[in-house]
Amino acid sequence: MTIATVILHPDNAEPKAFTQEELGWAPWLPPLEEAELTERHYEGLVDRSRAKSPYFRLLAREPEALAARTRTDKDIFYNTEGGLPRAERELAATAVSRVNGCIFCASVHARFAAHHSKRGAEVQRLLDEGVSARIDPRWDAVAAAATALTRTPSAFGAAEIAALRAAGLADDEILDAVFASAFFNWANRLMLSLGEPTPPVK
Amino acid sequence: MTDLIDQWAGIAPGSKLDLLRAKRPQARASAQESYRLLLHPDQPGEFSLEDRHAVAAFVAGLHEEPETRAHYEALPGAGARLEAIRAAVAAGAAQGPYGAYPEGPLSAENLDGPEFAVPAEVAAALGAKLSRGLEHAHLLTFHPRDADPAALQRLLDAGWTPDSIVGLSQLVSFLAFQIRAVIGLRALAAA
Repeated sequence: MTIATVILHPDNAEPKAFTQEELGWAPWLPPLEEAELTERHYEGLVDRSRAKSPYFRLLAREPEALAARTRTDKDIFYNTEGGLPRAERELAATAVSRVNGCIFCASVHARFAAHHSKRGAEVQRLLDEGVSARIDPRWDAVAAAATALTRTPSAFGAAEIAALRAAGLADDEILDAVFASAFFNWANRLMLSLGEPTPPVK
Repeated sequence: MTDLIDQWAGIAPGSKLDLLRAKRPQARASAQESYRLLLHPDQPGEFSLEDRHAVAAFVAGLHEEPETRAHYEALPGAGARLEAIRAAVAAGAAQGPYGAYPEGPLSAENLDGPEFAVPAEVAAALGAKLSRGLEHAHLLTFHPRDADPAALQRLLDAGWTPDSIVGLSQLVSFLAFQIRAVIGLRALAAA
């Protein structure tokens, strides 16, 4: 049996700082080729357009697990029936990515947080200064809760719930903050461990 | 089917949080479906059920959350070699996330932490392939920003395939989500 080898990217100028720019991503294991994809893989991708992404074509090696992951993601972030405003769900995703150190994930979700909040400069401060940046009581409470939940073992508990409530979050909003933060602990680990970010496409 | 996150978080049917979770039905069902697909798949492929259970018990142990840990330790593939898995957990205990950034402005934020190696007596009980899988699980759990191609090459060299590496990565990463969802929901339910 031949042992496969990883894909190296020796010429990649890996981004070295957190950014809101649109980065690329290069896989360390071979994604499925677009030509190899069957209906089962497309079901795993959920959105057919994701067949263009090497990240999703790599995860499509386990198509059912990918589909369940993607449906979890979409409902937590895109179901806008009540709950936390979109901007603050993306803020939680950004804070988790900042703590775990996922430069790629942080770039995507910081951009989304900035888009929905129209507060790109404040989002950039979170990227530049880290999660200890003070922005306003509500954002600070969301970022602090996301940070506590991201520690292993988790440091999240009654104090974080009390701080979120004091900042004005209702229970349906706290629920979304918890799930957005928990979900990015899933997403960051895949993105960080299966490939590397590449510079913005100019 | 029982929703494990609700069960562990103490969300009673008909309670306020049960009704709030029902507003995100796809997230709720798909999280539970992810558990089924990753821990109890109909076709486990090259990543055996026994090894999935062992990895899960190890990862749950590292998170130090008692209820999830008890569940994963009771799965058949874990229960059969619990002594070795617990020894691996004891040897791997740490505080995350730590790790290094690409050399540059973020290097000042680098945090040191242990590089886990499965103890020899545990490796003898679990075998080389699963032991390598546990070392990768530890990397993903505590210091995912240290991941590099060499870590994947070590898995390939130990007999993991690209498909089973994707499965292993999904399992460990899913558990990082599921255990945090339980901790967060439970805190909200108790407040």
